[in-house]
Amino acid sequence: MSADPAAFRFVSTNRRVREDRRFVAGHGHFVADVALEGMLHVAILPSQHPAARIVSIDASAALAMPGVHYVLSGDELAAATDPLMNGLDTPKVQRHPLAVGQTRYAGEWVVAVVADSRALAEDATEKVRVTYEPLPFVMNAEEALRPDSPPVHPAHGSNVLLDRTFVWGEVDRHFDESPRHLSFRVTWGRNSTVPIETFGVAASWDPWRDMLDVWASIQMPKYPDQIARALRIPANGVRVHQDVDVGGSYGVKRGIKQTVLVAHLARRLGRPVRLIEDRLENMRGGDAHGPERIFDVDVAFNDDGIVKSMKIRALDNAGAYAGRAPFQLGKPIGAIVGPYKIESVQYRAQSVTSNKAVQEAVRGFGQAPTNYAIETAIDKVAAATGLARIEVRRRNFIRKDEFPYLIPSGSTYDSGDYHTVVDKVFAHIDFAAMEQERDRLRASGLLAGIGLAACLEPSGANSAFEPLLNEKNTTTTWMDSCRIVIDGLGFVTVTIHNTSSGQGHETLVATVIGEVLQIEPDLIRVIRPDSLACLPSNSPVGSRMAIMLGGAAFHAAQKLKAKLMRIGAHQFGLGEDKVGYAGGGVAVPNGDKQLGWAELVNIAHRNYHLLPEGMEPGLESTHVMQVPTGGSLPKDGRVQMYPCHSFEFHVVLMAIDPALGKPEIRRYVIGHDCGTVINPHIVKGMTLGGVAHGLGAALLEEFVYDDEGHLITQSFMDYLLPSSHEVPEVEIVHHCTPSPYTVFGQKGSGESGYLGAPAAISAAINDCVAPLGISFNKLPIRISAIGDAIADAQQGKPQEQAK
Amino acid sequence: MKVDLRINGANHSADIEPRKTLLDALRENFLLNGTHAGCEHGVCGACTVLVDGEPVRSCLMFAVQADGYEITTIEGLAPAPGELSVIQDAFCETHGLQCGYCTPGMILSAHALLQHTVTPTRDDIVEAISGNICRCTGYGQIIEAVEFAAARLRIANTPRPHHGGPHGRAEGKPIVEAK
Repeated sequence: MSADPAAFRFVSTNRRVREDRRFVAGHGHFVADVALEGMLHVAILPSQHPAARIVSIDASAALAMPGVHYVLSGDELAAATDPLMNGLDTPKVQRHPLAVGQTRYAGEWVVAVVADSRALAEDATEKVRVTYEPLPFVMNAEEALRPDSPPVHPAHGSNVLLDRTFVWGEVDRHFDESPRHLSFRVTWGRNSTVPIETFGVAASWDPWRDMLDVWASIQMPKYPDQIARALRIPANGVRVHQDVDVGGSYGVKRGIKQTVLVAHLARRLGRPVRLIEDRLENMRGGDAHGPERIFDVDVAFNDDGIVKSMKIRALDNAGAYAGRAPFQLGKPIGAIVGPYKIESVQYRAQSVTSNKAVQEAVRGFGQAPTNYAIETAIDKVAAATGLARIEVRRRNFIRKDEFPYLIPSGSTYDSGDYHTVVDKVFAHIDFAAMEQERDRLRASGLLAGIGLAACLEPSGANSAFEPLLNEKNTTTTWMDSCRIVIDGLGFVTVTIHNTSSGQGHETLVATVIGEVLQIEPDLIRVIRPDSLACLPSNSPVGSRMAIMLGGAAFHAAQKLKAKLMRIGAHQFGLGEDKVGYAGGGVAVPNGDKQLGWAELVNIAHRNYHLLPEGMEPGLESTHVMQVPTGGSLPKDGRVQMYPCHSFEFHVVLMAIDPALGKPEIRRYVIGHDCGTVINPHIVKGMTLGGVAHGLGAALLEEFVYDDEGHLITQSFMDYLLPSSHEVPEVEIVHHCTPSPYTVFGQKGSGESGYLGAPAAISAAINDCVAPLGISFNKLPIRISAIGDAIADAQQGKPQEQAK
Repeated sequence: MKVDLRINGANHSADIEPRKTLLDALRENFLLNGTHAGCEHGVCGACTVLVDGEPVRSCLMFAVQADGYEITTIEGLAPAPGELSVIQDAFCETHGLQCGYCTPGMILSAHALLQHTVTPTRDDIVEAISGNICRCTGYGQIIEAVEFAAARLRIANTPRPHHGGPHGRAEGKPIVEAK
């Protein structure tokens, strides 16, 4: 199935990313640029209480203000719409766009005000009087787990959304037989990808056509379906305009509650309505926080550092409503042993509700936290055995000749060459010299250390975690699609059926189709029709588009190429196997007979009498592609998750001035293998951006709630994003192990860098402070925490560990 | 209240509420959508415009305060429809962006730097764009873009009008260095 890399004309070449042109000129088309005739604007009144009964809402003063059109409460909206979808089978955990009856987190949206301008709507929210009766609340996951904790959803009976234990392989026997064990806890703090563009949506309702038009900053599989269900309208009455550029998403721009709210208002008021979240609405009530997860890990290993088995308990704080958050405990099952030959695993996945904001899918869908736990385990095995950290990794890595490799939880890894990537990175760095540099820094009075992390990026997403965690869900299909049309003048137009948030999908499909049809990619037009004109697709999640959209484009182009060859062969009176295709033309091998692109197009469009019998006129093809591998329901708690597995290996040299506690990255190198790269610029950008994201998660970013249940990091003054000062220059060492399951051997790279950077940075800091006898077991590791711990250690105080 | 603004070299008048930010006025009154709202509290830099050649957060400035100043938005950089400035083209060459949302502000900050500084160091570039947060790229290809643009501008030997400023050359020093 894989093509020969040497034969590529356009794939893997340093071609420009076509999308960039409009953005550098300020001519992107973002949702805030959508201006509809007569459009009204929404502002939100949030709850100030983490939990409270809504006693009354008095909107009279707001409604009396000139320019204010409507004040919407949760009760009205809930009566007119169905609850938002839950991932798990938890029907009593009902979620609506506005709080119904009670609020469940501070910042939850209670009232929506509609006015002629956003400023007026904001003014009016201040005039809405809501009377609350505070209720008990719970913020901490371990407290939420206790039977006596205040239930966030009393009807559900407890705060437990999910508590499932998987045992893959002979865990007990392996633990019994292993001479050495260790246990530890690490905690992944609540952060998110926080795009610079907040979520926004505009909607209009046409009662004469029964049509809801939606423009949104969206990255959401089955978005139109979910809108239709919630609004109780036919799915073919929802038209989502996919030509809206999305100003960053990295997983979180799911926007269902915002869309249902705005769509209801548009229908109710008969006017287009728009909601562009401001930063506060986005941070505290946009329902876009990421995983917040405690890992308790037990490892069984031997004196040679060979890890035989692991027990992982992952407790996730989902926030106030279920949504898809619990599934973020399921996806990492597809790479639960990382790049290692660990023979058995026990995995307990627990998700609880709390009075915090709702979680949404974040880049990696739970994989980065899991990788942090696994890599911490490997470092601890190294420390326990006295072996070098890299040596333990090398001994446990799956070897190149062992692929395809079946892991205990049921996924088969496609390909990889981890040892070679590590060797290449070490050669690039001169690792011995880096160790000398670390020692020199230490001798100069600094704390210095090196961090390593090796991990996988499962890619080509399906949703196999859904039936795995919810047996009522029988989804095994997770397709993507592409349509190609060659018009009567020979120009090529391609449709893709998703929004993009910077991943360069237009460049991707043009490159792939240019490659197959051997035509200049820059001459191919790529458009995004509205959702009613779309083929089935599942949006760019789970690092899937190079594999799935690239694959669909490849197959659609192959169909057209075959048709052109049939047309050509027919003119020559030959069988299709007697002609060749080159540069858009068809010819016999000796070149005596040939037809060029224009002639073939002309025949297809205008000379029906010259077409082979039974052939459809015109030149058009579609392909709807299912995810390679998988396609089966889980069995015995095992399932094939994603088809492809990219590998990354991070090395970080860190220095900390003990007087300041500020971690300074002196060198950052990442080895990266995502198989065949379709566009090197795009993969490089994903990787560098992923490292920056990981740096934020490791050192800076956290949604922190105080004891009263209020979010205290809700602006960019408090929730710190890495700037150009914090992000180091990152060196990338490439390797290419093609995947056997994809058309060019490509794998995914949409999460690269992010999946290993937090583990590597954490490890580097812990290597820095190890001589002081301290370590950090919770992310983010802030300057203040480092400074305090160093000071305490220097004064001989025991370290206070994170709870 | 009536405000006279000079934006991208052209004079505009409008009746603007005194509380309206320059950001909102640019987008709503003058339909210049290239300037983007990110945080609206002066941290992320997505709304950056140039005021008399210096980067300014348009979310922290009222439109009425801009009366009498020379405002440059991203729409003012492209020399003609469909044509890119050297800096814009450099961002395309190195793929110094992904989603494109922070990009106008980033390019304006880079533009201001290169108006002042003929041969910026990596540190100069890092400093100049440190007020513009990008969540996609990790800044690597942005820094490459600015380095690439600086090199091309040096070769082009184009005089640059601005002088002085926080990262600027000393008064009287030639803008274009002689080889």
